[in-house]
Amino acid sequence: MGFWEMTFLPAIVDGLKTTIKHVTNYQPVTQQYPEEKPVLPLHYRGVHRLNRDEKGRVKCVACMLCATACPADCISIEAAAAPPDWPDRDKFPATFVLDELRCIYCGMCEEACPVDAIELTHIYDLTGESRAELMYDREKLLAVYDETKDDPRDPLRTRRGKLGPAADFGTLPTLAPATQVTPGDRSAQATAPGTIHTYNNPRPFDDPGAAR
Amino acid sequence: MDKILEYIPEDLVVTLIAIVAAVGAMLGVISYLILLERKLSAWMQDRRGPNRVGPMGIFQPFADGAKFLLKEDVIPANADKVLFLAAPGIGLLTTMLAFAVVPYGPVGVEGVPWFLRFIIAPNVDIGIVFIFAVTSLSVYGVILGGWASNNKYSALGALRASAQVISYEIPLGMSVLGIALLGSTLNIQEILTQQATGGFWNWYFWTQPLACLIFFTSAMAEANRLPFDLSECEQELVGGFHTEYSSMKFALFFLGEYTHVITTSFLTVILFFGGWHFPWIATPESTYVGAWIVMLLVLLTKVFMVIVLIMLLRWTIPRFRFDQLMNLSWKALIPLSLANMLAVMTVLQFGWDRWLLGPISIGLFVIAGVISVGFKRAEIRHRPSAVELSHHLVT
Repeated sequence: MGFWEMTFLPAIVDGLKTTIKHVTNYQPVTQQYPEEKPVLPLHYRGVHRLNRDEKGRVKCVACMLCATACPADCISIEAAAAPPDWPDRDKFPATFVLDELRCIYCGMCEEACPVDAIELTHIYDLTGESRAELMYDREKLLAVYDETKDDPRDPLRTRRGKLGPAADFGTLPTLAPATQVTPGDRSAQATAPGTIHTYNNPRPFDDPGAAR
Repeated sequence: MDKILEYIPEDLVVTLIAIVAAVGAMLGVISYLILLERKLSAWMQDRRGPNRVGPMGIFQPFADGAKFLLKEDVIPANADKVLFLAAPGIGLLTTMLAFAVVPYGPVGVEGVPWFLRFIIAPNVDIGIVFIFAVTSLSVYGVILGGWASNNKYSALGALRASAQVISYEIPLGMSVLGIALLGSTLNIQEILTQQATGGFWNWYFWTQPLACLIFFTSAMAEANRLPFDLSECEQELVGGFHTEYSSMKFALFFLGEYTHVITTSFLTVILFFGGWHFPWIATPESTYVGAWIVMLLVLLTKVFMVIVLIMLLRWTIPRFRFDQLMNLSWKALIPLSLANMLAVMTVLQFGWDRWLLGPISIGLFVIAGVISVGFKRAEIRHRPSAVELSHHLVT
């Protein structure tokens, strides 16, 4: 620093220039919220919905996977035997209660669901006057579906008319592991209940001695 | 009716009008200055500022006022109740009192209606001394408030405030002594008149630029404005001395602070920038109809510009550290103001041309700068390296 800078005055003048420039060349970045709604990313995780299938029935099969996966333990489901005229499933949720206040909106229920019945929507302004009001039951969650199904931000992420990925488990192609497995790997030698068949590792358990 | 009016002294009526006008205008103006400050801060930070109450938020002051009045008024359980309640009042009273001797418009000018007098207490011969005496009392409000709150942050804030105000009182007073010597008066009206009759180049800014800088800096510190607002530094002290204050009592502290800013701005303009005087437009010779209104507007415009500068500086300069604050006062401002006073004395004693004071002030500033830069360079040169320091610590 030279003498001139050390007198502190040029710094003040420079600073004043900056602040005055912002006043004269005023370009606010504030979003006027109630009038201007925010543009949310497509993967935004808001209030949940329970999807309906093509016949308007609740898609959920009460498998409890979402309740198991939920880290906040906010989903409680009571399963009941499906009515006889629902031939494609064994069970359906007699009650399905999701505590929106307890939920941490992590989206793990959505990932766990084998039939893509529970999904998180773009609804972010969830308010209520009591805690009881925000315990969303099955009907409320279905109502959220009816409200959001035509919203371009909340497309149905499932193929319409089918239960979901788990419904056609038998016809799905087997997946290759994310990383290549060689016969020498411990994971390849484990006596797992399912055998992984891949093109470069055709029959790992045929000859244990050779693998070793 | 005439009989009754006869017994009422004219002076009393004029003074009452002056008081009502000053206090009323002050409170109204402060509420809108707060809005202006919030707006300016917002613009400087690319925000919008208050814009919900009325168009562009122009009714925000009313909402603020209503909120201040309606909020719950909390008095902490272990607070000293009497002092806790008295502190905001003292803070506002003292700063308001200082305004009594400040002319807020043209005084002693032809054409002003008889019932208007733009000063509450005219012809106070020790006006400057009165202002400094009374405004430095405002630190009582801060100290009592901080102490009576029975809260460690409040107490720390109050301690800082007292140290700061006492330190900056000295350069504040000494910077104005130069003007008092040059004008050989302590009467603010008198100082204003001298500048007005002398013309543009007789504004005391031209002979006392250094004093102006010192005065402005110290006055900002006195008013606890942002580069020097260590007494309420949010990051360290929650809210400083007014941590425990809520609703109207907090508002009184706030009003006191703003009154201080306004008084300071008026003083800066009147002492250094010629008050209501402006070449060609408003001079003592201008005798056109309504000249006094123009003079009033000139004065208020100048004051407004100073206030805006203070607000701009608020978001321009980061807050000082406490040791920097003390260093600035004791190592820079006090010696400089002393030297400035000495220069004025020398010039007056030997009857030199007083225009010499301008270059002398700049010279003093440069010398002070060179000295402080030299010290800093020497300190940097002899600063032990990290390796040496760590070695020292180990052994």
